[in-house]
Amino acid sequence: MGDWEGVRLHVVTGKGGTGKTTVASSLAIALASNRRRVLLVEVEERQGLAQLFDVAPLTYAEHRIATAPGGGEVHGLAIDVREAMHEYLDMFYRLGRAGRALDRVGFVEFATTIAPGLRDVLLTGKTYEAVKRTRENGEYVYDAVVLDAPPTGRITRFLDVTTSVSSLARVGPVHRQASSITAWLHSPRTAVHVVTLLEEMPVQETIDAIGELERVKIPVGAVIVNQVRRPHLAGQHRVAAQRGELDRDDVAAGLRAAALPDDAALVDQLCTEAAEHADRLDLEQDARKDLMRLDRPMYDLPHLPAGIDPTALYEFAETLSEQGAA
Amino acid sequence: MTARRRSPRLDVDHILDDRRTHIIVCCGSGGVGKTTTAAALGLRAAERGRRTVVLTIDPARRLAQSLGLAELDNTPRQVPDIDTTAGGQLDAMMLDMKRTFDEVVEAHTTPDRARQIFANPFYQTLSSSFAGTQEYMAMEKLGQLRRRDQWDLIVVDTPPSRSALDFLDAPERLGSFLDGRLIRLLGGPARAGGKAYRKFFQAGFNVVTGALTKVLGGELLRDVQTFVNALDTMFGGFRERAEKTYALLKRPETAFFVVAAPEPDALREASYFVDRLSDDGMPLAGLVLNRLHVSDGSGISEEQAIAGAERLETAGGHDLAAALLRLHADNVAAAARDRWLGERFFAAHPDVPVARVRALASDVHDLDDVRHVGHLLTGA
Repeated sequence: MGDWEGVRLHVVTGKGGTGKTTVASSLAIALASNRRRVLLVEVEERQGLAQLFDVAPLTYAEHRIATAPGGGEVHGLAIDVREAMHEYLDMFYRLGRAGRALDRVGFVEFATTIAPGLRDVLLTGKTYEAVKRTRENGEYVYDAVVLDAPPTGRITRFLDVTTSVSSLARVGPVHRQASSITAWLHSPRTAVHVVTLLEEMPVQETIDAIGELERVKIPVGAVIVNQVRRPHLAGQHRVAAQRGELDRDDVAAGLRAAALPDDAALVDQLCTEAAEHADRLDLEQDARKDLMRLDRPMYDLPHLPAGIDPTALYEFAETLSEQGAA
Repeated sequence: MTARRRSPRLDVDHILDDRRTHIIVCCGSGGVGKTTTAAALGLRAAERGRRTVVLTIDPARRLAQSLGLAELDNTPRQVPDIDTTAGGQLDAMMLDMKRTFDEVVEAHTTPDRARQIFANPFYQTLSSSFAGTQEYMAMEKLGQLRRRDQWDLIVVDTPPSRSALDFLDAPERLGSFLDGRLIRLLGGPARAGGKAYRKFFQAGFNVVTGALTKVLGGELLRDVQTFVNALDTMFGGFRERAEKTYALLKRPETAFFVVAAPEPDALREASYFVDRLSDDGMPLAGLVLNRLHVSDGSGISEEQAIAGAERLETAGGHDLAAALLRLHADNVAAAARDRWLGERFFAAHPDVPVARVRALASDVHDLDDVRHVGHLLTGA
């Protein structure tokens, strides 16, 4: 069952550009393998999942967007704040058609503008509802929920529901629900995974975000290193490349053996590329050391030169499972 | 094969040297190197003789340090250790959106009223964590710097948002929110316009305030009401100020640099932004395409490199040459992918000048690194 037995809500965050939507989707497929049912949720109204899975834009209704190996299913949900607000008003205040009339004056925009925390509570609240939803026989509708969450810079505030509602109505259902959401988010049934690249800024943001999450006692899950490139140089070659001391004759002889031109210009170019590569390997090594210090499970996903398509998600799902993510 | 037209090169130095250029705006989606580009343009302009100020929004720690920005104090400070032999100078500052908002309030009301506003809990949320406030205040600060007339070039970085368009749209959104009828109604029906309008609106208004009270609580609504009343004299001012700065951005003294990286999302955003500038008649200088993998075409192709590596790996021996060929194949492939993504953009925008900046091995750590980026921006 992997490293996250008992976790029902997987929150995936990461600095912008690190591929958190890709990772969240792959994790959902991995978790859905072998006849399980997983809900993949997006909250940023950007239809990133539809683009990635190459399906029609997602709506507030939950639809199956992918099947998983062994008969599992991934369902997709794009939470729309306006819909979430109406659902909420209906549930607790029975406003009925008057609720819809509120749309005409821009009620939802106005309320979420006055109280930015309200937006976060509606989004986490709807996610929580899906996590807890059961069938008539008492079984959970979804075995797990994966949330493609806001980026690292905003994740702690997003999940810190208590603070979000502190400026809102002191009594009533928003507050009651907020306490249940908070309890769930701080329990071992939640894990926040952070996606990063082996580069300075994403690593720094990963470290900062994990520090913040730990301070507010929200359980941190894995660090997922995305776009890992295969090293081409190791040991003495790597050292020599960096110092500009590669054996040029050896390289030229190799080129001849490969039936390629062995002119000085080509040898120069290859040696320059080698030096840059060795420098980058050093930086990546430092980045990895910093990440190791976080002492969280770490999963690697390879860099795919051709980019990401639905097939790649399945490859990634398998890679994640092999490393213990599911 | 169809004939491929090469996009025009973005002549960065020409724009920096042109004394008619007074504002440079660097925009693009998050994580594409906007702030670094802004800093590099500012430094280069200063060292070429312009009196320049760079307004950064949220610089990475090391970039801030390399500009000598130790604290966020909302005041331009001179950047030490730059080359001033051409007669230029460089100041830099980080935007403090709360303080900028405070300044706007102070400028438009009595000290007494200002104190009331600052103490209002809703104002505190509005000025520190409101969606759009950062964009609005960046625009506001730009207007202020321009009016001070102390610099002949202002380079602005834009807030890190998912969408590059937020920089243009958020101030208007915030302005219309503060000007909007719902917030005016909260301030009391007297503010809401004509009698007929009020009557028409009253029934709906009760439902709305009822729902707002239920969801947000009476306390917050009272804070908003107090805020609206205290802000009385400033209504209209908000939108007007944003509109003024917006108009400034349309003048030929402004040059927009759209910044992107060779990623589909970043280029899509750049595309939206370029179209938007053209729709609104705003002066686009060109596209800065950062983080490019480059490979000069003179060497061997990806296929040749892979075939050679395979030959060596099968035969055994020559491990080093095989590794270098594999590496070379990867580099050529990465460069080809970046070129392909770039070309998709240029096919749709053939007349947009472009500056191609190759990927740097590491992040910017000091002024020399910033200078190097400026150098790369000129196509060197």
